[in-house]
Amino acid sequence: MLRLVGGRLLWSVPLLVVLSALTFLLAWLTPGDAARVVLGTDTDPAAYARVRSQLGLDRSLPEQYGTWLAGAVRGDLGRSLFTGESVAAVVDSRLAVSLSLLLLSALVIAVVGVAVGLVGALRGGVVGRALDGLSVVAMSVPTPWLGLVLVVVFAVNLAWFPVTGYVPAAQSPGGWALSLALPVVCLAAGGIAVIAKQVRGAVVEVLGRAYVRALRANGLPARRIICRHVAKNAALPVVTVFGVVLIGLLGGSIVVEQLFALPGLGQLTVTAAAQHDLPVLQGVVLCFTVLVVVVNLLVDLVTGWLSPRAVTR
Amino acid sequence: MNAWRAVAGRPLGAICLAWLGLVVLACAGADLIAPHHPQEQDLSSVYSGPTWAHWLGTDQLGRDILSRVLHGGRVSLLVVGQALAAYLVLGCAAGVLAGYRRGLLDRVVLRLGDLALSMPAVVILLVVLAIFPHDESAAMITLGALSAAGLARVVRASTVAVREEPFVAAARVAGLSTFRILGRHVLPSVIGPVISLVALVAGSALLVEASLGFLGLGVQPPEPSWGGLIAEASQAIYRQPWLLVPSGGVVALTAVACAVLGDVLRDATDDRTSREPLSWRRMRTQVTRRPGEPPDEAAVLSVRGLSVRLADGTALVDDVAFDVHPGTALGLVGESGCGKTMTVSAVLRLLPPGAVVEAAEVRFAGQDLLSLDERGMSRVRGGGIGYIAQDPVASLDPLFTVGDQLTEAVRHHNRGATRAEVRRRVVDLLEAVHLPDPPGVMAEYPHQLSGGMAQRVAIARALAGEPRVLIADEPTTALDVTVQAEILDLLRELRDRTGMALILVTHDWGVVADTCDTAVVMYAGQVVEQTSVQRVFEAPRHPYTEALLAADPNAAVPGTRLPVLPGSVPAPGHWPDGCRFAPRCAFATAECAGPVAMTAEPMRGSYRCVHPRHGTTTGARR
Ligand code: SF4
Repeated sequence: MLRLVGGRLLWSVPLLVVLSALTFLLAWLTPGDAARVVLGTDTDPAAYARVRSQLGLDRSLPEQYGTWLAGAVRGDLGRSLFTGESVAAVVDSRLAVSLSLLLLSALVIAVVGVAVGLVGALRGGVVGRALDGLSVVAMSVPTPWLGLVLVVVFAVNLAWFPVTGYVPAAQSPGGWALSLALPVVCLAAGGIAVIAKQVRGAVVEVLGRAYVRALRANGLPARRIICRHVAKNAALPVVTVFGVVLIGLLGGSIVVEQLFALPGLGQLTVTAAAQHDLPVLQGVVLCFTVLVVVVNLLVDLVTGWLSPRAVTR
Repeated sequence: MNAWRAVAGRPLGAICLAWLGLVVLACAGADLIAPHHPQEQDLSSVYSGPTWAHWLGTDQLGRDILSRVLHGGRVSLLVVGQALAAYLVLGCAAGVLAGYRRGLLDRVVLRLGDLALSMPAVVILLVVLAIFPHDESAAMITLGALSAAGLARVVRASTVAVREEPFVAAARVAGLSTFRILGRHVLPSVIGPVISLVALVAGSALLVEASLGFLGLGVQPPEPSWGGLIAEASQAIYRQPWLLVPSGGVVALTAVACAVLGDVLRDATDDRTSREPLSWRRMRTQVTRRPGEPPDEAAVLSVRGLSVRLADGTALVDDVAFDVHPGTALGLVGESGCGKTMTVSAVLRLLPPGAVVEAAEVRFAGQDLLSLDERGMSRVRGGGIGYIAQDPVASLDPLFTVGDQLTEAVRHHNRGATRAEVRRRVVDLLEAVHLPDPPGVMAEYPHQLSGGMAQRVAIARALAGEPRVLIADEPTTALDVTVQAEILDLLRELRDRTGMALILVTHDWGVVADTCDTAVVMYAGQVVEQTSVQRVFEAPRHPYTEALLAADPNAAVPGTRLPVLPGSVPAPGHWPDGCRFAPRCAFATAECAGPVAMTAEPMRGSYRCVHPRHGTTTGARR
């Protein structure tokens, strides 16, 4: 188990390096640079040269990256080109919002996705086909559009939830829950469909196995066979896909935060991308990458715990 | 191409294909067919709903939505096309290279693929868009490249498979270039799955494009794009929510069409849609009662008129009857495909999904099993009738230890037993099946057991409920000869000690001779002979029994060639009208073409033949 975790951590190093280097590489490839962004239409060459050296842009690419990396290790991610704020501080202040959204969505996806998938696998027939159809639709609806429809129906017309905005949990737990309800539904819909499909496939596959028949032949009640044996055997492939879904959530959260005006990392990413604020973008990408690494690690741990073969081998 | 025909032949596939074709054509020809210029403003009809002049309504500047959807589609579909091109080129190239060259290159490609798939795609696209502002092509090509790892894997697997084929070596010797070989052999084998993947990726690329457009990072207004239209609709959710319908609707419908098409294509190339997917509910075996003979009250298990049918009416087992008396063993004999396993599965109601039971009587220890529901049956299973399935290793759950699984069975059959009692009983069971070192075995997982050990564990589990009848389906087939003998000894010993009855399903006469008291011979779903074991070996009445005995390797005279039974058992649905054995029978005459009923001989048994062998009564020739 330790080796498994160690291997994954080692494997996450290239992921972190590649993703953080990507921004540098792309920035270097394109004409124009951050100094232009800062100066805007001010084209005084002297000012341009001064800003370039301030930002370290006159140095070689590996050197720039090295400086950034050294800073990142110390927790210093540079400063925003526009506001001058410390990137680490900005990211830190927005992490809680994004994590609330992501964790709640992950929870909803896990619970609802597994429930729907199980119902499909156990009932089959018309119910199963209806759920299949619903899944395809849920997977194919554009996230921003789903969000808008939810807003129009539940926030504007029914006024059950606030249209947009975020209430910190410390301020009002109820308000926090209400402000996140629609965003979580919007973000989770696609993931629920993916997980439900996966659960159903995995469960159906296990139901066809000889040991399920043997357990039935031994008189074990349905509930016990399903909750203990089928669940554990079907969990393995589902956990892997769940990891992929979680990583996909990061992208979806960007759209959802923008749509519902949640002051999280996603919103920050969009602003930074629109303003070409590279230091902020690099900080956010780093943060997202760490989340990916954490997700992959958790998936590995759960997989290892579920399968005896990975341990004994 | 078969794949296309298969898709077009399914209504759902055809509808999706038609919709995609319509959308692509309409958008491509937007200049010609759009009723208005996409930028043409009409401030006199702002935010109109659908009207005759504007079928899909107008936006805040009075621009015609239909025209904007068509022109926007041109932009959106173009970048989706670019993503797909990148996906195809990179995925195929990487897959073929990795699969053909193998070695280091292969490993590098696979590793890079893993890396690409574990990255959050949308985040990377935002980075790309920050650096190439509003260049949606760059973003979507990146998306295609990032997704290509999935395609590369499929292509790689197929290339590896083709590479190993002998005809590839032959083609190479014949001087064909590698490129031609791969083109000719890899392409056809992957085309189905690849198109299916492309359809799925197209759908998700479309959704990503919509998100980028919505975020305002894609094509700049006033130029329309599908994502941009959603963004514009979002500005008007209070004044004209209708705008949401055409903007998101066209994306959603197109994405649904892609997803469904992908699924249909995958199923078409897999050939498995015809089968209804399995579900727990479908696994319950349905039974119906029909009139027939009464059961034998002295028997512990008495079966009358048992038939098994598939949903389409094909019979698998036809009117089977037998009795098992306490403390005796019955051998159910016949070649594979004769319906032996189906017969015992029907008694336990553990048939494969879709098969149904019809029976006059299934009576177990005075209990009418036909009147029980699934819950009632589950009480009979294990506790009343034990069952050992064919493949012992596969019948154990791979994720639980032997101890776990036995403990579970014991606890289920002994409600209220203490922990220590349960453990004691598990150890007893393992000792009863002669497994050395019970605590050691309990800690093992099924894949750590040998076949013989797994069979003993399976028997131990079947004994946990102290059944009065134990059914063993080919209990020795998977095992080597010495272990076979031990397992048979064990079953015999258990029968003698506990007084339970045994049903052994087998095609091995040795098992019957060693263990059984009566033999029931099945052919093509029917019982053809039923008699004592002694008589079946001395004077078989049915020509099939006789031929089967003659072909028994146990009885072979060393040095002579073993007579084989010519032909094979006809498949269900292809059984002859009269005697089903007639096509293979050396004694068949015209009379055998009519219906052949069971003939009972008092005190001896019964057989289904008009020219029985070794008889004194009817006309045995020769
Ligand atoms: S009925 Fe006729 S064909 Fe059938 S087994 Fe008897 S002799 Fe052979």
